[in-house]
This record gives sequence, C-alpha cells and structure tokens, in this order.
Amino acid sequence: MLKGIVTVLGKDKIGIIAKVCTYLAEHQVNILDISQTIVQGYFNMMMIVDLSGANKTFEALVEDLRQVGQSIGVEIKLQHEDIFNIMHRI
Amino acid sequence: MISLVEAQETNKMIREMNLDVRTITMGISLMDCAHSDLRVFSRKVYDKITKTAEKLVKTGEDLEKQFGVPIVNKRISVTPISIAAGGLKTDTYVPVAELLDKAAKEVGVNFIGGFSALVHKGFTKGDRILIDSIPEALSVTERVCASVNVGSSRSGINMDAVKLMGDIIVQTAERTRDRDSIGCAKLVVFCNSVEDNPFMAGAYHGVGEQECVINVGVSGPGVVKRALEEVRGREFEVLCETIKRTAFKITRVGQLVAQEASKRLGVPFGIIDLSLAPTPEIGDSIAEILQVMGLEHAGAPGTTAALAILNDNVKKGGIMASSYVGGLSGAFIPVSEDHGMIEAVQRGALTLEKLEAMTCVCSVGLDMIAIPGTTSKETISGIIADEAAIGMVNNKTTAVRLIPVIGKEVGDMVEFGGLLGYAPVMAVNSFGCGSFIGRGGRIPAPVHSFKN
Repeated sequence: MLKGIVTVLGKDKIGIIAKVCTYLAEHQVNILDISQTIVQGYFNMMMIVDLSGANKTFEALVEDLRQVGQSIGVEIKLQHEDIFNIMHRI
Repeated sequence: MISLVEAQETNKMIREMNLDVRTITMGISLMDCAHSDLRVFSRKVYDKITKTAEKLVKTGEDLEKQFGVPIVNKRISVTPISIAAGGLKTDTYVPVAELLDKAAKEVGVNFIGGFSALVHKGFTKGDRILIDSIPEALSVTERVCASVNVGSSRSGINMDAVKLMGDIIVQTAERTRDRDSIGCAKLVVFCNSVEDNPFMAGAYHGVGEQECVINVGVSGPGVVKRALEEVRGREFEVLCETIKRTAFKITRVGQLVAQEASKRLGVPFGIIDLSLAPTPEIGDSIAEILQVMGLEHAGAPGTTAALAILNDNVKKGGIMASSYVGGLSGAFIPVSEDHGMIEAVQRGALTLEKLEAMTCVCSVGLDMIAIPGTTSKETISGIIADEAAIGMVNNKTTAVRLIPVIGKEVGDMVEFGGLLGYAPVMAVNSFGCGSFIGRGGRIPAPVHSFKN
C-alpha cells in the first residue's frame, strides 16, 4: 500500500472537505482516516490516503491538490507518509 | 498511526522554520578516467559525469515533491583533480576546470567540487599544476569549486603550501575583481579535510571512497532557533536536551531523503552530514540561535561556550538518527551567508579574532569573510597558518575561506548573490608576519599524532 498524508490548512469555509474528497475520489485515491479541527476560525485537516490505485503519478497529484487548494484559498499538501513516520517514530 | 499534531509539526518546520535538506551531493570517482592525452581524458570525464549524474537533479526534484520538503542544492563532487589529472601531459588544468563547468551545466547542478589538491605532507607535480591553475580556473568558470588541504594532525602543516595559498587567494581575488572577487568564495584552504563532505566549496570525492556515492547535508538552524525560543531562560540541561531532540528530527528527514535518493539512482548511500548551515534569510541563522541562547549578539562574551554547546548537542542528537554520519557535521559559522553574523559584524560585536576562537568548537572555520583588498598575501597566509594549527592540534577539520575584495575597505558592503549572501568587509590585524611565513618547509605533527 502506498500511503500518503494530505494536510489542509487555511481559513474555514463551507465545502473544503467536499472539494478535497471529490478530487481524491475522481482519481481513485482511497481515504483511510480523517482528523480535523477548527482553531480560531482556522481549518486544520489531515487525511491518510491510499494511493495504490491512483490514476495519476504521485508528483501530479501533489501539484493538482496544490491547485485545488489555491482555487479555494487554503493550503493543501500531499506528502509521502514516510517523512512523518521517520521523524516521529523510532 | 500519524497524528494531526505530528503532521502539523513537521509541516510547520518546513513552512515557517526553513527546514530543508540543504544538499544532495553525488560523489563520482574519476580514477578510471586517467589518461595522458587531454582530449581522451576530457571525453572520459565529461561522459562519466554527465552519464552518472544524468538523473540527479530530476530525482532530487521528485523527492522534494513526494515528501514536501525543499532540497535546496543538487551538486557533484569528483576525485581531486590533481590526482585524476595527474597523468596529463600539460602544465595547466584550466581546461579541466572548464570541462567540469560544462558538465555541471549539462546535468543542471549548481556547483561541482573537486578542483582540489591534498598537499598536507608535500606536493606532487599534479598538485603544483592544480594550485597554479586555481586563479584562472575560478575566474573563467562559474560552478567549479576548489579546495586545498595544507595540513593534518598526522603530518603537520605544509608551510610552503600555506605561503603559496596566500598568493593564490590574492591572485584569484585580482582575477575576479570586477565581480567583488567572487572567485575566492569558491576556494577553501583546509586542515584535516574530510573525504565525504557534501558541502561546497570544500567537497571532493576522496580516494578512499567507492565508485559513486550519494551524500546528503541536512540543515535547519531555523528549526533549532524556534525550539530554543520555547525554553528561554531555562537551565542548560533543558537547552541541551532541546537541541538534541530537534537535531534528531532534522537528521531523520535527511536520512529518509538520502536513502530514497540512493535507491532511485541505484547509487550507494554514503553519509549524512548533520550540519546546521545558515542562509542569508532571516530566521535561518546560527547567530540568531546564539542570541536565543542568551547573547546580545554573536561575538559577545559567552559566544564560544554557546557555540560549543550547540555543536556538541547537534552531534549527539543527530548521531542516533543515522548510522552513517560523516562529513563535517556541526554548526557552520560563515559570515556572509548568515544574516545574524552580518549584523553582529556591523554592530562591532564580532571580530576576526573572536571568529577564530569560535572555530575551535565549530564545524569548520573562518568562512566567507570579506577582508580589505589591500590585505597582503603574507597576512592571508598567516591567518591560514593559525587556522590550520587549530585544526592540527585539536584533531579537527578547520578551513579558511577569505575573500580579499579588491577595491573595498573596512566597513564597505560586498554582495555575492544567492546563497553566498552579502558581507561587510572586516578589519584584519595589520602587523606583519612575513618573516614567519617566509621560512617555508613543514611544521612537524604535534606529539599526539603518534596514537598507534
């Protein structure tokens, strides 16, 4: 399984999750876990996703999601899960 | 399972604290390119570099995307040219430097290191030719970096080389006087230089290294600074613990990138250099870390102790994060590349003499320091000798990267551009050392070199 972490950060508004999820569904990316908080009007979300079946390359998905974020005024990052595992788990 | 807090912490380090992988350096051996005919040698070298490093930049960019962490530089280091080109029937290696420059441009790396000679015990014919070629080589090329190792704890200091390098630095400054003597920013004089250092200008692919290798230099002064801001005013144990924990996390990222790069390029992983290397950006400065530790400016009393703490704990934290730690591993204290250091010089807090003291406890030495263009070659040799002596006696690497800026005086500003930054010209002690440097010969190794 090729796992990635999607993080979303920005001012809260209606439809952020919908946008991200729609994009992921369209590209055959399965969502395994979602956690989300809103602190002082700022929207924070992290998704763990399975990219094994994705119909685009990792790099292309990274770029697309960045643009999706731009279009709705939030920052969306997709990163390989390894960077978090290696930094926070011994 | 990764938590939201952890994901946020990592991304905050990258976004707000300038966490980055400073450099991926591919070391390439040129041993098998040796030949006596320049044309054949050139073809072999060019082919080998461009073929081996073909995918280096692309792979770096892919990894950057995949992990979401910036990889600032992609570079190449090669076998010291004085060795690789030793068989050439020629009296100048300038064409070799031009060739390296061309190869670097072809594969898209910003620097190529290894226009180097190791002369700590004496010169070979190739070493002489290389050193004599440095001023012209650095003025006609853009991306080539040169280094010369003039001393070691085992063999002492080659004072003939020290004397010669004073002259070479002045010549290099003269030849690039139209560009603020920038040639000197690409030239380092070492004592105890290391073979696997991924940081320019001192990187070269040592003779003890394998055919091709990936070395990674990690950095994150901004991350350390922010972590220390959280523990302001606390006792030294807390300070040290905080640096260690942060260094560990930073180094793990480097380890990940290094392993992945090595896998994708099919090239063995060499070492992680767990240095803290500043950039001219605000918030990415070693001097600012020293300030957060409690000093008004870098250079104030206490600076050497603070730097010693920083350096030691970076090593302690980083060493568990990777099994192969090498290179220089420690804090770099360049002047021009560090916003806080520049300010400290401008405010009169930091002098050349204090910097020299700081080099006893940091990763390298007198680095990227602009001095008046009128500084004599003997004085430069004197400074090199002092720095080499510190390295030799203390069994550590020391280096000198001084830039005598032709036409500039103390207090003038010099602009080098990009990561090389900008610097105020610093005052140099003007009392003579000509008779000392003029002696020539070799300083014998200190007594503790006889360890066996």
